[in-house]
Amino acid sequence: MSSLLEVTSISVSFDGFKAINNLSFEIGEQELRAIIGPNGAGKTTFMDIVTGKTRPDEGRVRFGEPQLDLLRLSESQIARAGVGRKFQRPTVFEAQSVRDNLMMALSNDRLPFSVLGYRATVEDGSRVLALAEEIGLSDELDRIAGELSHGQKQWLEIGMLLAQEPKLLLVDEPAAGMTLGEREHTTDLLRRAAETRAVVVVEHDMEFVRRLDCKVTVLHEGSVLAEGSLDHVTANAEVIDVYLGR
Amino acid sequence: MQRSLFAQQPSVLIFISLLAIFTIVITVLSEGFGLGLVSTSFVKILGKTLCLCLIAIAMDLVWGYCGILSLGHFAFFGLGGYMIGMWLMYERTKDIVIASLASAELPPTAEEIREGIGTQIFGVVGGAEIPVVWYFADSLFAQLALVVLVPGLLALVFGWLAFRSRVTGVYLSILTQAMTLALSLYLFQNDSGLRGNNGLSGLQNLPGLTDVPQSVVSVWFFLASALALGLGYLLAAWVVSGKFGNVIRAIRDDETRIRFMGYPVEAYKLVVFTLTAVIAAIAGALYYPQAGIINPAEIAPIASIYLAVWVAIGGRGRLYGAVIGAATVSLLSSWFTGGQAPSIPLGFYTINWVDWWQVLLGLGFVLVTLFMPKGIGGLFDRLVRKDAA
Amino acid sequence: MLRFACLLIAAMVCLAPAHAQEGGLNALLETHRAKIEKPSRTTISPVLEDLVDSQLPSVAVFLENWREKGVWQRRSDGRFFFVKPADGDEVMLIDVDTGADAGLADRSELSNLNPNSGVRAVIAAALVQFQLSDPDPARRLQALTALARDANQSHLSILREAIEAETDPDIKARKERLERLLTIRFGSDSANRVAAIESFAGDPGVDARAALNPLVATSIKVFDATPEGVNVARLLTPGSDIEPEVAYQLLVDAGKARPIVPLSERKRALIANIQDGAVADIPVADLVTQEARDRAYLALAAAGAVPPLVSREEQRSAVAAHVFAEIYSEPDPALTTAARQTLSDISGTVGFYRFISLALDGLSLASIYFLAAIGLAITFGVMGVINMAHGEFIMIGAYTGYVVQQFIPNYTASILVALPLAFAVAFMAGVALERLVIRHLAHRPLETLLATFGISIALQQIAKNIFGTQARPLTSPSWLDGAWALNDVVSVSYIRIAIFVLAVVFMGLLLFILKRTRLGLEIRAVTQNPRMASSMGINPDRINMMTFGLGSGIAGIAGVAIGLFAKVTSELGSGYIVQSFMTVVVGGVGNIWGTLAGAGMIGSLQKVIEFFNPSNTLAAQTYMIIFIIIFIQFRPKGIIALKGRAAGD
Repeated sequence: MSSLLEVTSISVSFDGFKAINNLSFEIGEQELRAIIGPNGAGKTTFMDIVTGKTRPDEGRVRFGEPQLDLLRLSESQIARAGVGRKFQRPTVFEAQSVRDNLMMALSNDRLPFSVLGYRATVEDGSRVLALAEEIGLSDELDRIAGELSHGQKQWLEIGMLLAQEPKLLLVDEPAAGMTLGEREHTTDLLRRAAETRAVVVVEHDMEFVRRLDCKVTVLHEGSVLAEGSLDHVTANAEVIDVYLGR
Repeated sequence: MQRSLFAQQPSVLIFISLLAIFTIVITVLSEGFGLGLVSTSFVKILGKTLCLCLIAIAMDLVWGYCGILSLGHFAFFGLGGYMIGMWLMYERTKDIVIASLASAELPPTAEEIREGIGTQIFGVVGGAEIPVVWYFADSLFAQLALVVLVPGLLALVFGWLAFRSRVTGVYLSILTQAMTLALSLYLFQNDSGLRGNNGLSGLQNLPGLTDVPQSVVSVWFFLASALALGLGYLLAAWVVSGKFGNVIRAIRDDETRIRFMGYPVEAYKLVVFTLTAVIAAIAGALYYPQAGIINPAEIAPIASIYLAVWVAIGGRGRLYGAVIGAATVSLLSSWFTGGQAPSIPLGFYTINWVDWWQVLLGLGFVLVTLFMPKGIGGLFDRLVRKDAA
Repeated sequence: MLRFACLLIAAMVCLAPAHAQEGGLNALLETHRAKIEKPSRTTISPVLEDLVDSQLPSVAVFLENWREKGVWQRRSDGRFFFVKPADGDEVMLIDVDTGADAGLADRSELSNLNPNSGVRAVIAAALVQFQLSDPDPARRLQALTALARDANQSHLSILREAIEAETDPDIKARKERLERLLTIRFGSDSANRVAAIESFAGDPGVDARAALNPLVATSIKVFDATPEGVNVARLLTPGSDIEPEVAYQLLVDAGKARPIVPLSERKRALIANIQDGAVADIPVADLVTQEARDRAYLALAAAGAVPPLVSREEQRSAVAAHVFAEIYSEPDPALTTAARQTLSDISGTVGFYRFISLALDGLSLASIYFLAAIGLAITFGVMGVINMAHGEFIMIGAYTGYVVQQFIPNYTASILVALPLAFAVAFMAGVALERLVIRHLAHRPLETLLATFGISIALQQIAKNIFGTQARPLTSPSWLDGAWALNDVVSVSYIRIAIFVLAVVFMGLLLFILKRTRLGLEIRAVTQNPRMASSMGINPDRINMMTFGLGSGIAGIAGVAIGLFAKVTSELGSGYIVQSFMTVVVGGVGNIWGTLAGAGMIGSLQKVIEFFNPSNTLAAQTYMIIFIIIFIQFRPKGIIALKGRAAGD
């Protein structure tokens, strides 16, 4: 299996605090991966680095085929190269309709002048309908996104990410604040998404991770502590130590 | 295309119709072309107000829609005025110089005419040489091009530098204010080549058309301003109606998110900033021939803040709101400061509006910000919604 | 004048020894009476010598009065007196020797000695030696100062003599310095003068440069061959050292070449030669280019009607045939060389002191910016809002100072009252603004910016309505007048020093409040993470209010400080607001050290730019702002930036 994302011994520190310490990470083209770890383990910083928000002090980040050096690209270039990111808090554009939100996310040319001349095609219209179907918001298309419930916003955001058609999807704590039913729906969405692309889920909630049923990477103090199936890593003495405290 | 625009935003059609009716009525009532019920000076005030409405639309586009609180758009407005003013002043001075040299024993050479123009225009700042920046001043087309190019390029370079380094929010506002201050201080110098604090004057006279009375010229400019406002409104409405509009609103609401969706936020901001700078410059190029004079004080940072105040009072994120705000506040302002407003005697003190209008405006503006964040335009929304409900 | 004379006399009487030369001054004057009555430059010198040689103590007073036209002669006997007014037309005569009253006299009996200016100058020169050895050190210093301003050759020897007897080391040093300066100017011995010149190496005094500069003054002269017998500064090559046109004009001025016919003259000649609507058969209507006019002129010249033009070739060969050189007006090369070397040495020293002076200027400007900006920086850091009315708080502070001075006439006391009062008034204004407006616009920074702008224009206009548009004075106490001067190059006014001290004090105070008090701890907590702080029981509303009050209060203090050197107007604050913003932006938000760095950078930068372009402070500000915009490219978050994840969002 060739890998889609190769992160090689990156380190970053803020004011002397090492948030990421010689971290290496790899993920294949169609793979679902969960990243777990206690607070301050560097999960969010890791995502920041991959998506270009934070520059590491050292190390390499390579992506795709042919390989791109993500460290040389801006956030929007990385996104256009095929890395989608979902933030912890649902961030949809609340003043705009669900349809507009999805339209903006569709993987069309994103440069200003082509967007200025853009008119929705029939394909785009049906693509939006299909996405709305998938995330269960078909009836809400013309509603203002700000009026949606918390869970609906999460799905809309996932829908927007799917509309981007990324090769790699980074999802930060998708289950936070969801009801049980909503969680199941979310799990389904993510597993289906992982059939055609790589999906990395950062999560606290072990139950949710178990439901995802995938390979797990445990981060601790900015580097990889253990990797393998959930059962495998939870049996690891060091992991237990980290999670339960010394 | 147009139909879909009107269908999407019925307010556009309403606005254009109202503007057309207003324009026709004023023209019919004017001294130059009609019944003479509206004085030439008032036609000029109305024409200038239309130009201010146009720059307010630019401001609304950049601030209300894209979230960039620029405190520099009046600088572009002023630069537009300077560019057209250079041609007006140069050509008119040339006519005067040629007329005065006509009776000389020897017909003047081109150098002598240039020298005469130089002395006439730059005598006040102690020079006679015509500065390099006036190179194209004898060509109307070149100066018209510069009306767009100079402010456009300035906006492009400044915007590129500012957005590239991710300066946002109040930082950006302050930076644009600094740019405005720098420009106005530069123009205040006598060796800026633009007559220092004297500015350019006599702009109301059209070169070669000295026989046409001001009453007619004022109507021409009024019509041109109305046309520019109409076109500007349509352009702005078209820009904000489509996906581009959605994207810039998304930038206003959550810049980081839209960036992670792959949109090059900086490029969008730069396009909007530059486009609105050009609109502002065109508005300025129409405004100053009606005002007759332009000087660096017009570009002072405070003017750009007033612009933001108009748009905020009128209602951000609505094009008609910007127009309402600019028209209301600027007309009220000239009414109050012109001394026409009646004083209020309180017995122990008489409120003289020439002195107290600024206080009223300042406090009124604070109240609008606190209690009517959507401005006057927001009232329309409420009316419309009541009808629907 | 008379009263001055009387005082002098009184002083002299006390000091004068009881017995003087036999016969006294009156007898001496009697012998020279004719020459004193009708003095002239040439005849007066022996009289003065005699008087000086007599060593009578009253001579100095007499000479002084004589020079100031204070000596009168009684017509009846030709005796000389001073006078002081008495009743009616009468005046009291005063004996020139003893200073005692010598009886009343009618004005008509007296005639005034009225020496002409030439004579007075000679008298003054003679007086110098008295003054230079005057027992009163203050008078000696006064004489030195006067001498430094206006000296001539004769003073040199007098000064040299006076040095010997000088006891005060300070005055002695000054005398010696002046002696060297005079030696440079009037010395007769070349070696001595060179030594004197060289002694000034590295001396930043203006007087030294003033004495040396005339020695190296040059003028450009024309020679037929390599110049000899003159002190040549350098030879000039036409084209590189001197413009060929200028060189030719020099030749014309020296009568060595034909003058060029200027454009205006040629035009006049053409006009004078218009015949039947044509000049030299070229129709007037065609003369609309310079080229056509030149053709017409050449035609006239060929006909001999006008002087011919000087061709470029002719100019070039004339210039080439001569030698142009800068010639020192001082003929002695040893002197000019020494002067040149010393001057270049001095310019090094002066450059160094200029740099110091520039640094001090920058520091002083920086402390003003610091005071003006620190309040803004604190509120911006803690609350994330820009207070556009900050400038008006500065103005409020300045007007508070003005009002206090209306009630407390003592300037020192009034400033001491004004500082805390300005703080209190601005503090309350700030708290009111926070409670009434800013609190209700939380998390809407751009709207806060605009709302505070509304406050700003309202406050400015209210101030204008109350205090009028003309500037109001805020007078500093007299002990702040004047300047501390290290030498002729470096000097700082005491007000600026006081402002610097004020800035340092407030910086210390703020550091103390922020680092050592409970309030400071809470402020820092809210700055770093407002949500976390409020969950730990800190009331952010209270902190915001206190912070805003604190920031505004310091603006009030800054207002008093600024008012001391600038006039108080309603626009006082808005003149500083953009600079304050720049200071905050450049320095980085929410950090006293950042503001300090920002103020330091902006202040010194502005001074440096002004130094390179001193005539144009407007341009300096323009360039500075452009520099800041570029600076932001490299450090978008300021010099001292918060790092880490918190800073990103």
